[in-house]
Amino acid sequence: MHPAVSIILFTVLSGAGFGLLALLGTGAAGRPAGWAAFVPFALGLGLAGAGLVASAFHLGRPERALRAFTQWRTSWLSREAVLAAATFAVVVPNAAASVLLARPLPGLGWAGAVLAVATVGSTAMIYAQMRTVPRWRHWTTLAVFLAAAAAGGTLLAGLRWPALAALGLLGIALAAHWRAGDRPLGRAGQDAGTATGLGALGRVRPLSPAHTGGSYVLKEMVHVVGRRHARRLRLLAFLLAVVLPAALVAPGWGGWLAFAIAAPLHLGGMLAARWLFFAEAEHVVGLYYGRG
Amino acid sequence: MTALPGRTEKSLGLVIDLDTCVGCQACAVSCKEWNSASGSHAPLADLDAYGAAPAGTFLNRVHSFEVTPPEGPAVVVHFPRSCLHCADAPCVTVCPTGASYKRAEDGIVLVDEAACIGCGLCAWACPYGARELDGAERVMKKCTLCVDRIYNDALPEADRVPACVKACPTGARHFGDLADPGSAVSRLVAARGGFDLMPEQGTRPVNKYLPPRPRGPSGQAPLEPLAAAAPGGFLGWLDRALDRL
Ligand code: SF4
Ligand code: SF4
Repeated sequence: MHPAVSIILFTVLSGAGFGLLALLGTGAAGRPAGWAAFVPFALGLGLAGAGLVASAFHLGRPERALRAFTQWRTSWLSREAVLAAATFAVVVPNAAASVLLARPLPGLGWAGAVLAVATVGSTAMIYAQMRTVPRWRHWTTLAVFLAAAAAGGTLLAGLRWPALAALGLLGIALAAHWRAGDRPLGRAGQDAGTATGLGALGRVRPLSPAHTGGSYVLKEMVHVVGRRHARRLRLLAFLLAVVLPAALVAPGWGGWLAFAIAAPLHLGGMLAARWLFFAEAEHVVGLYYGRG
Repeated sequence: MTALPGRTEKSLGLVIDLDTCVGCQACAVSCKEWNSASGSHAPLADLDAYGAAPAGTFLNRVHSFEVTPPEGPAVVVHFPRSCLHCADAPCVTVCPTGASYKRAEDGIVLVDEAACIGCGLCAWACPYGARELDGAERVMKKCTLCVDRIYNDALPEADRVPACVKACPTGARHFGDLADPGSAVSRLVAARGGFDLMPEQGTRPVNKYLPPRPRGPSGQAPLEPLAAAAPGGFLGWLDRALDRL
């Protein structure tokens, strides 16, 4: 699948932002009041909001974006939009009360936490529901998105032990996602023969593609990434997103400075991991073009 | 509304005969022409048409495959690919805006271009690559089964079929109601063993494909038996005379 910068930025930034907002809501990072509450709430809302703005750049017709709030009964994308808006509607009053009145509202906080986690979950389900993309249609997709939000949130909140636990889970989820996904379409029993239904007659080989020019389908769904390139990027993503942040915040090292370095490293690593999440994902339509 | 209708009164669709299709691309061209000039919706874009990297929106694409049986020579099979108007259309349920919908009356899957935000999710959800985001209009385009022809009283009755069906010079494309077991298309599917594309995707396509018929005894050139018989008359004399030279 085509790795669009807007979606990569959106999923990584808003994932970490919603993770931080969820932690603030539960009181896991204490219930800061007054100006002490400003930085964490602004960071959480800013990251989540920036991600949502970035996602609008992916739309062909962003001016109609409000329509995306209507089909939550069937569409995970619509559910994500509704849940994200609901999260903001609940978190902003709590943030205002915490900062301006120095009176945190734990009830709203908890509601915001539940909504923030549900928002990240629905983002993941947009991908995990796609039967057409075998690499995504797997529980590890949900696990990676939730663990990444937890790791991003705990690092931004400066919580040592929860951060280490979340990074551990993220490491396991990423490794499992890569492992499960490396079964190519071919080994799952799908090839040009099954895609065309001609396999029963003999060996099927694409002879000439339907067109010599480019097409939306080819550009969007039949992205090809070099294997060696991907392996190296996986290593880099794993080091930046999991290993280095864990080493930095491990006991015995510095305080807030360690977190201030670890959090951006982690986000950088997640950008690389998310790029791979798209670039490595094969869509079954590639079978008609002799890919997969 | 992106909920699918429980059942549809009719299931209008196409039956595509892979035995007779010659890969001439007439269907792809006439589809492009009708859906750009009909005026029912925005034309299908052509980008950089005279430049180095021309690209454009097409609702029907014709591939060619080579099929090599266990015995006998390989055959070429041309393979038109377009929207199959699936009964369980995943492209419809993922749509966040309600722009994509399946009609309860005839099962046609359509996009309301005025409501589409161009998120592209429906194209991801379609296993068959049947949807293309238009490079100029920035909304999703797909086969409409020529909904603006098949019910169009302004056209002569013979023309009230999809443009691709009308254009096909070999009659490889058939249009009709696949929910009616007595319809010509349903009987054709039953007689020829019509099949679904990628049934494992669970889309329950309405369109069906007819498999190529078996080709002659394997390995034998079709003119061989004729050449073997010794000709008589003038040709026989000429053949013998040439042999003697
Ligand atoms: S072929 Fe693709 S676009 Fe057409 S109804 Fe089926 S899933 Fe939707
Ligand atoms: S591209 Fe348009 S039709 Fe397709 S899912 Fe998005 S809003 Fe719906």
